[in-house]
Amino acid sequence: MSETPTLEVRNLQTHFFTREGVLKAVDDVSFTVRAGEVMGLVGESGSGKTVTGFSVLGLVDPPGRIVGGSILFKGEDLAHAGEERLRALRGSRIAMIFQDPMMTLNPVLRVDTQMIEAILAHEKVSERAARDRAAAALAMVGIAAPEERLLAYPHQFSGGMRQRVAIAIAMLHRPDLIIADEPTTALDVTIQGQILYEVQKLCRETGTALVWVTHDLTVVAGLADTVSVMYAGKIVEQGRVDDVLDRPLHPYTNGLLGSVPSRNRRGQKLRQIPGMTPSLLRLPEGCAFRSRCPRADQACAQMPALAELAPGHLARCVHPHLETAGA
Amino acid sequence: MLVFIIRRLLQSLLALAVMSLLVFVGVYLIGDPVAILASPDATEVDREQIARALGLDRPLWEQYALFVGEALRGNFGKSFVFGQPAMGLIFERMGATVELALVATVVSILVGLPLGIYAGLRPDGIAGRSIMAGSILGFSLPTFWVGLMLIMIFAVQLGVLPASGRGEVGSFLGLHSSLFTLNGIVHLILPATTLALVRAATTIRLARAGVREVLHMDYVKFARAKGLPERRVIGVHVLKNIMIPIVTVTGLEIGSVIAFAVVTETIYAWPGMGKLLIDSIVNLDRPVVVAYLIVVLFILVMLNLVVDILYSVLDPRVRLGEQKG
Ligand SMILES: Nc1ncnc2c1ncn2[C@@H]1O[C@H](COP(=O)(O)OP(=O)(O)OP(=O)(O)O)[C@@H](O)[C@H]1O
Ligand code: SF4
Ligand SMILES: [Mg+2]
Repeated sequence: MSETPTLEVRNLQTHFFTREGVLKAVDDVSFTVRAGEVMGLVGESGSGKTVTGFSVLGLVDPPGRIVGGSILFKGEDLAHAGEERLRALRGSRIAMIFQDPMMTLNPVLRVDTQMIEAILAHEKVSERAARDRAAAALAMVGIAAPEERLLAYPHQFSGGMRQRVAIAIAMLHRPDLIIADEPTTALDVTIQGQILYEVQKLCRETGTALVWVTHDLTVVAGLADTVSVMYAGKIVEQGRVDDVLDRPLHPYTNGLLGSVPSRNRRGQKLRQIPGMTPSLLRLPEGCAFRSRCPRADQACAQMPALAELAPGHLARCVHPHLETAGA
Repeated sequence: MLVFIIRRLLQSLLALAVMSLLVFVGVYLIGDPVAILASPDATEVDREQIARALGLDRPLWEQYALFVGEALRGNFGKSFVFGQPAMGLIFERMGATVELALVATVVSILVGLPLGIYAGLRPDGIAGRSIMAGSILGFSLPTFWVGLMLIMIFAVQLGVLPASGRGEVGSFLGLHSSLFTLNGIVHLILPATTLALVRAATTIRLARAGVREVLHMDYVKFARAKGLPERRVIGVHVLKNIMIPIVTVTGLEIGSVIAFAVVTETIYAWPGMGKLLIDSIVNLDRPVVVAYLIVVLFILVMLNLVVDILYSVLDPRVRLGEQKG
C-alpha cells in the first residue's frame, strides 16, 4: 500500500470557457488508482466522466482547460507537464479507449497503418517487427486471421470488431494505465461480456491500472475494486465497491441503485432518477442534486464537503444515508 | 465499372448533340459568315459561290444533318477562315492552353493547401484571418482586372516580367512545353498567376473548412491519444481526409480552368485555344467553334472519370459500381 499509486488525481478542475459562460465540467475531482486495480467511474450523461479522462491524457479541447489541481501519474504531475512529455506518455504508458467505436478509427487509413504508427511513435523497431506485433495484438483480443484483417479498412469491421481493434491498440505498449470510456455501451450484450472479460484478464496479467467509465452498475460490481460516483462535475461518493453498492451514503447513489434496500442490488442497472441534471452553466447554489433530492432542506443550500463518513467511504452530503451504513 | 463508364459516355454524347445544335442555330441567328469572308467589292455571284463552297446555301437543318453525318465519321469540317481542318487548328493550340491550366492548378494547390491548413489550425490568429481575407479578395476580384494590374506592376512599372505571348518552347522526352526553357517559364508566370488566383482561393477555403471539421473528429483525438507526433496527426490523419473534397473539386475545375482560360489568354495574348475561340466567334467561324466545344466537353468528361476513379482510391468506403451516375 505504501508504493506510489499509478494515478492520483487531486482536486482536478477542468473548465470550458464558452461564450455563454464558464462551464465547470470537472470541478474538484480526486481519486486514486493503484497498479492492478480497477476503478469504476459512474455517473449520468454530462456529469464529466469523459472530460476527466481527457484531462488525464492532456487532450482537453479548447475552449476547455485544466484550471486547477494535479494529476499525479506515478508521482509525476501531468497537469503541469509539457506537451512533448505528454505525447511520450500517451499511448505508451497511458492509453484510452473511446466511447464510440464507430468513430475511433480513421476511415481512410488501413488498420495496419493505424496500428503500426502507434508502435513506431514510441519504439524504434522495424516495420516488419511492428506488423508482427500488431497482428499478435489483434489475435489477443480475439480477432481471427489477424494478418489478413490488418489489411482491411475500418468500415469493413463491425462495431464490436472496431472496439476490439481499439482495445488492441490501447494494449500495444502494455501501458500502466488504461482509461476505458464506456467501451462497451455501443455493443450488444454478449460482445460486452467478452470484451469485459478480456480487458479484465489483460489488466490482471500485466498489472495495468484501469479506470472504467460506465453507466452500468452490473459492470462495476463484477469488475471494479473501487467506485467513484460523479454528479455535475463533482465526486459525490467514493469507496470500495462493496461499501458503495451495499451501503450507499449519498441520495444520488441510493437513487441510482433503487430506493428499496435489498441484498439483491448487484446486477441492477442504473435506475432513472426523476428530474434532469441541471445545466452546468447555471448550477444552483449549494448541492447540485438539490432539485432532485428527496432529502433536500435548507441546510443543502451550502455545498457540502466530501467527507469520510465510514472508513474509506466518502460522500458529499448533508443528510447521508447513515442508517444503512451503520447496519 | 464498365457500365459506369459507358453511361458517362452516353450522357456526354447527348450533351454534345444539344450543344452543337445550339451553336448552329446561334451562329445562324447572329449573322452571315459569308458577309465576313467575302471581300467588300465581291459580286453577288462571288458570294453565292463562297456560300455554296462552304455549304451555307442549304437550309439549316440540312447543314446540321450533314455535319452530324460527317462528324460520326470523324470529320469535323474545315475552318471557314483558314481552310484547314477545324480539329487540327484546335489541337495545334491545345498544348499551350493545357500547359497554362495545369501550371495554374499546380500553383493553386501548392499555395492554397498549406495556407488553408494553417488557417484551419489557427482560425482566430492574425495570420489565419489574413489568409481568409485574402481568399475572399481572390474570389471577388475579376480576372481581367487582376491581369491588367499584374501587367501594370510587373511588366510596365518594374519591367521584370514579359506581359504577352508564350516564350520559347523546349522539348524533353518528346514533350513540348515552355516549362523546359527559362524564357518560357518567365512568360508563364503572370498568366499562370492570374489564372491560379481563384483556384487558390477555393483551395484555401476547402482546406480550412476541412481541417476545422476533421479536427473535431474522434479519430483525430484517438490519433493524439496514441501519442503520434503532431506532424503525423495533421500530415496523415487530417490531410488524407480533407484531400477527398479538394481532389474532387480541383479535378473537376481543371476543365473549367481550361474553358475559362479564354479571358487570361486574351489579356496575355497567350496562343491557346481560348484565344482561337474568341477569334472564331468574331469571324462566325462555325466549324472551329463547334470543334472547340467538342474538345472541351471531351476533356470535361475525361476529367470526371478520372476524378471518380481517384475518389474511390482516396476514400476506401466508395465503390464505383455502387454509385449512381
Ligand atoms: N468541447 C466542449 N466544449 C464545451 N463543453 C463541453 C465540451 N466537451 C464537454 N463539454 C461539457 O462538459 C460536460 C461533461 O461532459 P462529458 O463528456 O465529460 O460527460 P460524460 O459524463 O462523459 O457524459 P456521457 O455519459 O454522455 O458520455 C458536459 O456538460 C458537456 O457539455
Ligand atoms: S446535500 Fe442535501 S440535497 Fe444534496 S444530496 Fe445531500 S441531502 Fe440531497
Ligand atoms: Mg462520455
